[in-house]
Order: sequence, then C-alpha cells, then structure tokens
Amino acid sequence: MKSSSPLSWLKSREGLYYLALALLLVVILPLALDPFRLNMVGKYLTYAFVAIGLVMCWGKAGILSLGQGVFFGLGGYCMAMFLKLEASTPEATAHQSTPGIPDFMDWNQVTALPWFWEPFHSFSFTLIAVLLVPGLLAFIIGVAMFKRRVSGVYFAIITQAIASILTILIIGQQGYTGGVNGITDLQTLMGWSIRTDAAKTTLYFVGVGTLFVCLFVARWVQNSKFGRILVAMRDQENRVRFSGYDVAAFKIFIFCLAAMFAGVGGALFTLQVGFMSPSFVGIVPSIEMVVFCALGGRYSLLGGVYGALLVNAAKSGFSESFPELWPYAMGALFIGVVLAFPNGLAGLYRRYVMPLEDRLFSRKPAARPARPEPARREDKTLPDHLSVEKP
Amino acid sequence: MNKDDFLLAVEGLTVSFDGFKAVDDLSFYLEPQEIRVIIGPNGAGKTTVLDLICGKTRATAGSIRFRGKELTKMKEHQIVHAGVGRKFQNPSVFEDLTVFENLEVSYPMGHTVMGSLAFKRDAAVIEAVESVARTIFLHDLLAEPAGLLSHGQKQWLEIGMLLIQKPALLMLDEPVAGMSVAERKKTAELLRVITRDHTVLVIEHDMQFVGDIADRVTVMHQGKVLSEGSIDHVKNDPRVIEVYLGH
Repeated sequence: MKSSSPLSWLKSREGLYYLALALLLVVILPLALDPFRLNMVGKYLTYAFVAIGLVMCWGKAGILSLGQGVFFGLGGYCMAMFLKLEASTPEATAHQSTPGIPDFMDWNQVTALPWFWEPFHSFSFTLIAVLLVPGLLAFIIGVAMFKRRVSGVYFAIITQAIASILTILIIGQQGYTGGVNGITDLQTLMGWSIRTDAAKTTLYFVGVGTLFVCLFVARWVQNSKFGRILVAMRDQENRVRFSGYDVAAFKIFIFCLAAMFAGVGGALFTLQVGFMSPSFVGIVPSIEMVVFCALGGRYSLLGGVYGALLVNAAKSGFSESFPELWPYAMGALFIGVVLAFPNGLAGLYRRYVMPLEDRLFSRKPAARPARPEPARREDKTLPDHLSVEKP
Repeated sequence: MNKDDFLLAVEGLTVSFDGFKAVDDLSFYLEPQEIRVIIGPNGAGKTTVLDLICGKTRATAGSIRFRGKELTKMKEHQIVHAGVGRKFQNPSVFEDLTVFENLEVSYPMGHTVMGSLAFKRDAAVIEAVESVARTIFLHDLLAEPAGLLSHGQKQWLEIGMLLIQKPALLMLDEPVAGMSVAERKKTAELLRVITRDHTVLVIEHDMQFVGDIADRVTVMHQGKVLSEGSIDHVKNDPRVIEVYLGH
C-alpha cells in the first residue's frame, strides 16, 4: 500500500525524526563525548530496546509488564555465559581445582560444566539463544496468562513476581549462575578484547545499528494491520474477539516480540559493561524500564528511546552527586509523568513543538498523502484523550 | 423438520449464575432469512441469550446448533468465523482508529497473527469498506477517528463492522437505544435494508419498531419463553400483557 520509496519516507516528517535520532547517535554524540561517556550512552541505549518493546506491548496493546528485566537479564546472561566460557580456558584457569570451568563454579565446588552451559561454547547458538530464551519464556508466560484472560493489574503483578523469582533463583544457584555477583570478568569476544576504548566505541555503533533494526521491525509491525488490531484490543478487547480474532494469540505474539527486543538489549548490555548480574533482572530495574517508557511517551517508539536515554543519563548524573536521592527523584519523575503529562515527552512534543514546526516550516498540518488510503493518523504517538484534537 | 434444517436451533439452554438461572431451559428455532425479535421485561435474560450464542457466556446445559455446528463448545472467534455476528448494547467501536480502520479490522481477512502482519489494503478491501460505509451513512467520515462520532453514528459503525463480516446470523442488542428521533428513523431504514438479506436476531423494547421489522417475536420472562409468534399474537397474549406490555 506504500508505493513511496525509502527516500521519500526519509523526507516525511516521521522520516526526519528518525534521521534526527540517527544523526544524534551516529554523529553528534560520538563527536561530543569521550569514549568513557560514549560507552555510558551505549549502556543507556541497551535499555532503549526494552523501551521499544514496552511501547509495543504496553503503549499499543495495553499489556503492562513489570517484568521486562527478566528478558533483559536472560539475553544478558546468555551473552555472559558465552563470554565467560571463552574467558575460562584451561590455561587461564590452570590454578583452579577443576581447570576449564568458570571461576565461580570452582569456588562453589562445582567440578564439571553443567549441561545447560555446554551449548554456550558456540557463538551462533548464543546469538540464537539471546532471542529465543527470552522469547520462549515470554511464550510460556503468554500462553499461561493470556489464554486464561489474565490481564491488567493481575498480569503486571505476575510479571513482577516472575522477576522476583528469577532473581532469587539466580542468587540461590550460585554455583551455576555466579550468584549475587553475577558473571564477571568478561574479557574477549571471539578473541577480540571488549575492554578497550576502541572496542567499546565499536560496540556502541553495533548497538546503534541493532537499535535501528529493532525500531524498523517495531515500526513495520505497528503500521501493519496487526498494529491496528493491537490498538483495537486496547480499546475494546471484546469487540476484537467478536470480530473473529483470537485475542490471546495477538497478545502472546507482541509480548514475545517485546521480550526478544529486551533480550537483544541485555546481550548488548553485557558486551558494553563487561558483566551481568541479578541486579539488572529484578523488580526495581523492571520498574525503572517502565519509567523510561512512560517518561519518553508510551505510544511513541522514538519517545521510548529518548526516555531510556534521558532517564539513565539523569540517573548517572544524579547518582554521581547524590546517590541516595535518586530513588526519590525517579519516584517524583514517575508521579510527574502520570499527573502532568501522561503521554510523556512524546506527548508534550506533539502538543507544543509540532505546531511550532508547522509554523516554522509552513507545513500544512492537514497535508497528508492523498488517497486511496484514508488519512491515518501517523503512529508516532497514538492519540488518546490529549491528542485527539485536530491540529 | 430436522433441527439442522434451521439456521439456529437453541434447545434446553440453561445458564445459572451461582444458582440463579438467568436462562432456564430455553428453546427456540430460527429459520434462514427470518427476522426474530426478542422482547421482555428487564432481567428476563434477553442479553444473556445473545451472550450464550456468541460464546461470551458459557452454557450450563443445553445446546445451540448453528448450521449443523454445536456453538456451545466453540471459542468466540470460531463462532464468528462460523458466521455469527454480534452487536453489543453499548456501542463498542475502536475509538482510537478511524472509521475506515474500524471497518477494515472487521473485514474477514487477515485474522491470524501472520495474516494480519501480511495484510494488504487492496482494492477489494477499500471497495468493501466504502460500500458498507455508504450503507451505514458514514461514507464522508471514513478518515475520522471513531471516538469523535456521535452515539448514534457509533451504533451504525458497529452495525457496519458486522455487515462487512458477512455473517449468516446477525444479532443486535437494542440497536436504537439512546438514539435521537432522527437517528431512530435512519436506523429503522438501515435495518430494513439489512434484513433483506440476513437472518437477524434483535433485542428491542420499542414496540412500534418491533412491529415494523419482526417476522416473529419471542417474549422472554424470567429466563423462559413466555410466548412466541407473530407480533399480533404476542400483543394479544394475556400473559404478555400481564408481565410486559401492561406496564
């Protein structure tokens, strides 16, 4: 239905926003920041993957998950297991009582590599696992919950419980998971040191590239009829059901997609930071992820990305000076969003900045591509009570 | 007549909510192309009957056969695919989608996850949407978000969303409730068009309207059929006058 070429899309308003983000991430930030700060931005960006998933799942489909940290963590752990095995060669671990297994296993009297660690010797298996392990768990949760029509607050609470359970499991199974310390001391990726500044900068660009791939996948999904059905489900789940759709299947799919995005973010996080620990899995990080998404604007993919960047930057800035105040600041931020601008920054942007752009560039707000397709409100932020008014 | 010769055969249908029988051993039969209106006092179980047929509520006992299929065992979306369309009492349309998109979502194609991802808005879809939009008087409003429509227009849109599914049986729950006089007239006109080539099961209170459209009328009271027949038959049935019309 879109005959327009990619080039003309880039000239559209939405295309320009994507271009602006690309410019910021690919040109401006790398030029403006030293490698240490850029690496930090790279770390924040890994949360943007989670935020994109939440925009799809929560913003579009109305499924609030308070357990995205689980999927982020699973992706991260998959990557960490691969890197850890690479770091645990028999030569490097010759001083252990069982050489060739990760150090924390040796400390915990584990004498052989557990079976589920074995496949993580393979990098291609690891890449698949980064997607499939979170996807599979989301599928199981989705089938168990959505087929039974568990939704809303109940679903949110269950996802939160799962986040809690996984954290307890990881901490409890110290010999297999590295326990509360996580999997640390990760040095190389297929012989390439990931600890140098140059490597971190390369990983940053890999992260940006992957983020855009995920953004385009999400955008394609949301612009398909599938995306419209998600919005329809959020409005009137029963009407969707009685229009002949298996609502549970749609919810399961979008929940799995969000989980896979989060898994990719987690894997990149491990690479950027050089370790993975349960502190990125549990309830608090999961709720923080929802805050990124809420602040950025839960109806807007790009809003989610900016939300993840800004909240994390604020968190670092704040924590450097007043570490103990950060939780209060974040709480205040969340209350502020809910009370003052429920559509997040993207909502504010739509309301206040876009009219300015219209005037500056004398775009006619109503000028939409002419028929046959009826003027669909472009999906950057879907309308709700604040943005239904006509420009 | 074998019961599978009917379009819809409801037999011994019972549903009990914590011991209260909202529908109690109910039986009725719909012939193809029939326009049936269910009337009855509040709490008679009329809406519950529609809920049972479309799968929203599960029957405690009894059977609902539709074109030879047993609906009581099927999931809601399967019942829709079998050919039953249901309009709810309160207009339920997708307010964040445009009128066009509302109709498009109901178009009977691309109803699986993968199908909806691959769905293309081709000429056939656009034509089907526009043709239904003309029928329901919303042709000029295709690009409007459905949230901006008036109450009556939302009711029409929901009827349109059913029409585009091409159901064999159309169930309407109080289609003219809450409408202005002008909207009522237009809706009656709309229903007359629809009833020309659909089997329709309607719940309605407006006796004038019922008399206009019904082939047969079923009067429900306390979950049971009180009376059934032509409008004149039920109007003159002393039990109906006692529990319903007399008020």
